[in-house]
Amino acid sequence: MHGCTRRAFMKGGALSLLGLGAGLGGVPRFLVRAAYAQGAGPRPKVLIAVFQRGAVDGLSMVVPHGDPDYYPARGGIAIARPAAGASDATLDLDGFFGLHPAMAPLQPLWDARRLAVVHACGSPDTSRSHFDAQDYMESGTPGVKSTPDGWLARGLQAAPRPSPSPFRAVAMGSRLPRVLRGEAGAVAMNSIADFDVKSDAGQAMSGGVNTRRGFESMYEGGVRDLLYGTGRETFEAVKMLRSVSPEGLAPANGAHYPRGRFGDSLRQIAQLIRAEVGLEVAFADTGGWDTHAAQGAERGQLANRLTDFAQGLAALDRDLGDRMADVVVLTMSEFGRTVRENGNRGTDHGHATAMMVLGGPVRGGKVYGRWPGLRREQLFEGRDLAVTTDFRDLFAEVARRHLAVPATAPLFPGFAGKAAGYPGVLV
Amino acid sequence: MRRPSRGLMLVLMAGGLAACSSVAPPAATPRLEPPPRYRVTLARSTLTADQQIVHVLGRLGYGARPGEVERLRAEGLSAWIERQLAPGRISDEAVEQALGAYPVLPLTAAELYRDYPPARPQDVQRFQAGQMTPQEIREVFPPNRRPAVITAQLQAAKLTRAVLSERQLEEVMVDFWLNHFNVYALKGPVRWMVPDYERRALRPHALGRFRDLVVATAQHPAMLYYLDNWLSTRDDFVLPPSRGGRKLGLNENYARELMELHTLGVDGGYTQQDVIEVARCFTGWTIDRPQQGGEFLFRPVTHDRGEKRVLGTVIPAGGGQDDGLAVIDLLVRHPSTARFISTKLVRRFVSDEPPPALVERAARTFRSTGGDIRAVLVTIFSAPEFISAEAQHAKVKTPLEVVASAARVLGVRLESPEEATQGRAAVMGGGAVLARQVAALGEPLYEAQAPTGHPDVAEAWVSASALLSRMNFALALAHNRLPGARVELAPFLEGVDRRQPAQVLDRLLAVVLRGQVSPDTRRVLGAQLENPEIVRATADDRGPRNTDVEKLTALVLGSPEFQRR
Repeated sequence: MHGCTRRAFMKGGALSLLGLGAGLGGVPRFLVRAAYAQGAGPRPKVLIAVFQRGAVDGLSMVVPHGDPDYYPARGGIAIARPAAGASDATLDLDGFFGLHPAMAPLQPLWDARRLAVVHACGSPDTSRSHFDAQDYMESGTPGVKSTPDGWLARGLQAAPRPSPSPFRAVAMGSRLPRVLRGEAGAVAMNSIADFDVKSDAGQAMSGGVNTRRGFESMYEGGVRDLLYGTGRETFEAVKMLRSVSPEGLAPANGAHYPRGRFGDSLRQIAQLIRAEVGLEVAFADTGGWDTHAAQGAERGQLANRLTDFAQGLAALDRDLGDRMADVVVLTMSEFGRTVRENGNRGTDHGHATAMMVLGGPVRGGKVYGRWPGLRREQLFEGRDLAVTTDFRDLFAEVARRHLAVPATAPLFPGFAGKAAGYPGVLV
Repeated sequence: MRRPSRGLMLVLMAGGLAACSSVAPPAATPRLEPPPRYRVTLARSTLTADQQIVHVLGRLGYGARPGEVERLRAEGLSAWIERQLAPGRISDEAVEQALGAYPVLPLTAAELYRDYPPARPQDVQRFQAGQMTPQEIREVFPPNRRPAVITAQLQAAKLTRAVLSERQLEEVMVDFWLNHFNVYALKGPVRWMVPDYERRALRPHALGRFRDLVVATAQHPAMLYYLDNWLSTRDDFVLPPSRGGRKLGLNENYARELMELHTLGVDGGYTQQDVIEVARCFTGWTIDRPQQGGEFLFRPVTHDRGEKRVLGTVIPAGGGQDDGLAVIDLLVRHPSTARFISTKLVRRFVSDEPPPALVERAARTFRSTGGDIRAVLVTIFSAPEFISAEAQHAKVKTPLEVVASAARVLGVRLESPEEATQGRAAVMGGGAVLARQVAALGEPLYEAQAPTGHPDVAEAWVSASALLSRMNFALALAHNRLPGARVELAPFLEGVDRRQPAQVLDRLLAVVLRGQVSPDTRRVLGAQLENPEIVRATADDRGPRNTDVEKLTALVLGSPEFQRR
């Protein structure tokens, strides 16, 4: 079943159409680009999904400083009220919400109305297990564990391309995340430069071509399973990538990515977009959000994570420049954290959190969603921010309006969400 | 002596007594007592005798070493499994000698703090600000006293054991529990605690009683710190004014993971209220000065003395430290725990999709023996599902399994730091070099951040990036490009004419895959023999053909077949 569609996907690929199935090394870059341009129309729309694993504290990331119950509940970890000229305080957005000061790099995007926030967003499922909640958010089926594929994979499958690129969907990292597992085919990579079979001397490319061919041929067999299917996709992708060498593209417009895994992931996603390899869906994740103890306030552990997060997104936006007209970045996290500070100057697992949408097609400069309030009787189970926007409504809007996934496709099985329920973040 | 498969189910005997009747839990140090003898009778199987041996070596251990299949043939497969179930009786001198190169292993956290002190913040600041000369850096952070040495040695030791140990099943089970009761070495002081955690909390109980594992991990500083229980206090606890007068309170982290990941499983039937009640029971379970290598400590003043109700059972007020033990007893006796642990073990030893009937039988053994891990394993190993054709090659190897099994099958010699001359190996030995490969394949040992540990299913490990890394590892190993991990291929080719590539290929397939190769792969590899890269002419291009044995070996190690066990 798996292999069947995958094979069709390979056979229909632009490379085979051009008769370039093997030995792409010498093919001029423009030819390859032309192949994708023909297949996918002008330039494909791109969705970059960013997962904050570990449950980000939405109340510190996008601070409801206008809620009278925020400061009493949060003791030592509250983010100070906005104050003119203060850099160590909440950056006011609309008089009620504000950004954590570590998110200052994103303020210009808000001002330019290219950044929107959906607050009190989350899952109808009440699990406070990281593992389950991440799984549900990636499969797109809260409460159902048996779903075999991820919602992004289903979205790609529902909007087929006549000649899809092997890089149509890419996850940065050594493992393919749940959200991209499925029939559509997706590639996981640690880094662009290392994405090859290395020659005897341990270097990529030169001299490695025949060895690569040797490995490749073993995975061409007809067995229809995960191992062989992935092997075939891998080599298709390697050959194409070597023909365009995106790793040589330096960040543009003076963009400066933060050091570390998250910055590296975004920098390389931008390289793939700029090299026009046919990327439509990219995925990156970032960890360290599980702040049970000493999460800090304006500064500290969580502030450091938010700095990395905001600097990365701002660099990506700058790097892509005009190309952002076709790009949407969607951030997500499995749940939020307790409204009340716990006994260790941290927060425990909660319910709703804040998600962000960034890019040219975004109707930004606005915090979307109904605010449920922080009074005890307004809280979910008397302790957590209630969910007023089902994450599937937000994800569905992005998939359908931006990636043009047909309304009839089962993006979120068992969910009766309709366009009327979309938050309205996209133009 | 060979024991023919008689199709019998398990026979459990303990020197004449049934081991599963479980009278009293074993003493705290099971190694000192002669462990009960467990008898294993393999079920009838359609696999040939050699296929069964290769299968068992890949499941109970990290694959065959040169000559090992023949040795097991002589000893009898059941007898070998029975020996593996009593690792204390297996002499393991080669490993013990090799582990001498890793002084962190026997040390307590306090000793490790003394020998590998954390960097002082002011030094780190100056270093990060670029205010130190290279000379100064070496003096302020002496390379052999850096805390990173602790994890590097642990990783090296783990590879050394996986490759060399005769106690293969024990190594597999230690790894299993390490992931089950995961801690993250890079969270605060956990790094200094992990050697002791593995040595005292996991290894002695790896084949022992499940309850002992839960108690040992619950009371170990590594777990107390990793899942924050050391911080958890009764909700109304206020620090004395001398220590800031701050109000502390409950932290649910450990309580939740104890039920979700360690015992009941996420569908095991507990509620958010149970999480809170369990957290209340464990208040006061803390660490005596965690940043200085302190031990487990029960601090009555932070303990919630009130009555609790866990999974419908009342835990009366005033139980003190015993509240936590009462919770553990409730949890390990719960049928969901028997099922959850059995499911994970069957997944590890049989298939990513555990056969429900076998899980049910294993869970029954778990319940009837009060959580005797050996007895559960005997049920699994004796099952027809375990030794079946469906189970053969059903598991995709984890990165640790790929690297260790490749090193074993080629009889790689791991050099000690003294022997090795190059780079990392000269400091940490060949085991560390292999450990770095395992990390490159996606499994940084002791560094799984999430409490779920590293996963045990194919989907997690099969990706484009990971497959390329596996092939690159195969190339590097076969070409002797991993310093400290010495490969000698010549002995495998004794009696083979290297000018005849087909002969070389046949021999390599016999050595690496025991001839268990699909017709497709054999055909494809046969076609490669015409590749000028494989069949290279001599330098002057006039001499006889000579097969590139290294490259061919790498191809076989990178084949789909070698990715499975």
